[in-house]
Amino acid sequence: MARDWSDLFITDGPAAEGAPDGSRGSRDGGGEGGRQRGGLFRRLRESMAKTRQALGSEIQATLFGELDEQTWERLEEALIMADVGASTTASVVATLEEEAVSGKLEGGQALSERLIELLADTARVGEARIDIRAKPTVIMAVGVNGTGKTTTIGKLAWHLRNELGVSVLLGAADTFRAAAAEQLEGWAERAGCEIVTGAEGSDPGAVAFETIAQARSRGVDVVIVDTAGRLHTQDDLMGELGKVRRVIERQLEGAPHETLLTIDATTGQNGLRQAKLFAETAHVSGVVLTKLDGTARGGIALAIARELALPVKLIGVGESVEDLRPFDPDDFARALIAES
Amino acid sequence: MFDSLAEKLQATLSEVRQHGTLTEQDIDGAMREIRLALLEADVNFKVVRQFTAQLKERCLGADVIGKLNPGQQVVKIVGEELTELMGGASAGLSFSSRPPTVILMAGLQGSGKTTATAKLARYLREEHSSSVAVAACDVYRPAAVDQLVKVGAQAGAAVYFRDPTHPDRDPVEIASWALERARSEGKDVLIVDTSGRLHVDEQLMAELVRIRDAVKPTDVLLVVDAMTGQDAVNVAESFAEAVQFDGVVMSKLDGDARGGAALSVKAVTGKPILFASTGEKLEQFERFHPDRMAQRILGMGDVMSLIEKAEQQFDEGDARELERKLRRNEFGLDDFLDQLKMIRKMGPLSSLLGMIPGFGGQQLKNMKVDERELDRIQAIILSMTPEERRRPELIKGSRRLRIARGSGTNVQQVNKLVKQFGQMRKVMRQVGRGKMPDIGALMRNAR
Repeated sequence: MARDWSDLFITDGPAAEGAPDGSRGSRDGGGEGGRQRGGLFRRLRESMAKTRQALGSEIQATLFGELDEQTWERLEEALIMADVGASTTASVVATLEEEAVSGKLEGGQALSERLIELLADTARVGEARIDIRAKPTVIMAVGVNGTGKTTTIGKLAWHLRNELGVSVLLGAADTFRAAAAEQLEGWAERAGCEIVTGAEGSDPGAVAFETIAQARSRGVDVVIVDTAGRLHTQDDLMGELGKVRRVIERQLEGAPHETLLTIDATTGQNGLRQAKLFAETAHVSGVVLTKLDGTARGGIALAIARELALPVKLIGVGESVEDLRPFDPDDFARALIAES
Repeated sequence: MFDSLAEKLQATLSEVRQHGTLTEQDIDGAMREIRLALLEADVNFKVVRQFTAQLKERCLGADVIGKLNPGQQVVKIVGEELTELMGGASAGLSFSSRPPTVILMAGLQGSGKTTATAKLARYLREEHSSSVAVAACDVYRPAAVDQLVKVGAQAGAAVYFRDPTHPDRDPVEIASWALERARSEGKDVLIVDTSGRLHVDEQLMAELVRIRDAVKPTDVLLVVDAMTGQDAVNVAESFAEAVQFDGVVMSKLDGDARGGAALSVKAVTGKPILFASTGEKLEQFERFHPDRMAQRILGMGDVMSLIEKAEQQFDEGDARELERKLRRNEFGLDDFLDQLKMIRKMGPLSSLLGMIPGFGGQQLKNMKVDERELDRIQAIILSMTPEERRRPELIKGSRRLRIARGSGTNVQQVNKLVKQFGQMRKVMRQVGRGKMPDIGALMRNAR
């Protein structure tokens, strides 16, 4: 059972005061909301099904057949192909093999269930939810260029606004990429929230500062600060990111309350380096795994969870606003290996 | 670029080199290491299997077992196979005999198409003196058109776009309209930027085919993010099937991405990597040379690229003038400043060092080049009077203090620069007289 938006956020009460009329419609809307949700899960399952088609038969033939050296090798291949990476793959398969050989597990069904469990457990690290009880809660989005930061922020703002009815202020601290602020402005309009922008090339720290200052004076519930995409190896730009974070820290105690790193699901083993270096500079607290709607399986998220103890909190499975979803470790693990 | 892969392969190969003779087990061991290194570099699983099998066969076939110093032979074979994997000889763009040459850019969302479009426009303008127009056909991503308008203008290209209020925003229409316009304005090249699309999105893939059929491009380029994992092969195969692209632009190669996925693309589709995008700036875009890259990965350096970069910055007259000054011992801090500026124009020092044989991989990793140190040196020199720059021996006492204040440094730093420059001049004089300087002593003194 996939987690819902209300499970993802830690809030004070069932609904925030001052929510605009009808903003919670999609959750409370009875029949329509239910249909829509059914649609969401179907969409999630469908996009995950592509993964299954690629992995399902291979794993099935492997685990339900005669267990031998080749079983484990083929299983390793399948996980490597899903970008899980050599060391996480080796660890998961070794545990499974050990339990199978010792007689703890018998039969293809038990083996595949246990495999799903092992994969899900690997993904289950740290705090999986986002605490938005602080007023204002500051969420910072960081990541490499083109991983989908701005889009994720736009959709997150939409959900906070329309599913939870909280007020949101966006801060366009990506002052580097041409037209980044315009892109976020488009999202602010769709989500129905305000936005603070700075001139292109201006100091991103100043934009972050101004955003939080405005949020405090207006009594906004959640602030989401967008930052420019940068490669984790660009020391000067990473230094700038550290500075933006320090500006936020100094301005509001406890902020940023959440720092989300967007990782493109098509990313290979380099994703681990990205996560490590961003975690060092920006103290990342969660991962948003984007672009899961292609044929990529996003296995790198498992490696990141295992080696850096960073949980995935959100996944992106498509272009539309409903396609940003809370992450569910069991669904994710099942989708990695289940048959179609 | 490819650093981790380079590091691993170099470690494996230096191990192989140390053996006086090789057994089949030694080769098997090396192949296992190479296999793991390639997998960690995101080279596609199937490509790795094929690559290592072929490598082993060649190593065995080359009769290296039992021979003296077989390591060199193995290194050579790995180099050749790696070059082959990356595309053999370097390939280039095709140009239409009847302009405009039309280049269609395609790829996933976030792969870097719009940036690559602008960089390619700048490249063609600078290197081929072409008049270039770019067409903004990404009508889906918010503000994508604005982005191309901005970076296209920076690249010196004409940007053909329709603003959001235009009644006809069909990308196929815009592409045809842009082609007409490029023709009537006599452009040499039209680069068509398209929106990012998933290879499994049938509707958008069909749209891409319609754009291609409308503009009949001379070249179709697939932009691939160097950080892509195992999925790159699926993406490339789908795009190859739909639009038969002619070549690949590898983007974001400036990170520590190992670029293995992009290499797999060549292996699977047979289409060469034509360009590599290596930084945020528009000029950080270069032709991709598989042989040179293979050498860089194996730690053999890439002297050709280094020389080319140098040629772009230095002109012959300047070089002769410099030589004259060196011979007459007239080389002053002003000349030093010019040299420093020219070298820095060639790119970040760390990337230049990676091209020098013996550098790269492990060595580079342990050596953080502090560009700010160079900024300080420039500031110190700029705070000197012309006379002081010609005759640094004048710099004593109050002059030293003034320079330190002016450059925001301290007296020790000024002293250090003057001292090092004195030593450098001594070395240059020796070189000028045809003697080889003692590099070792020089390095020790420099610390």
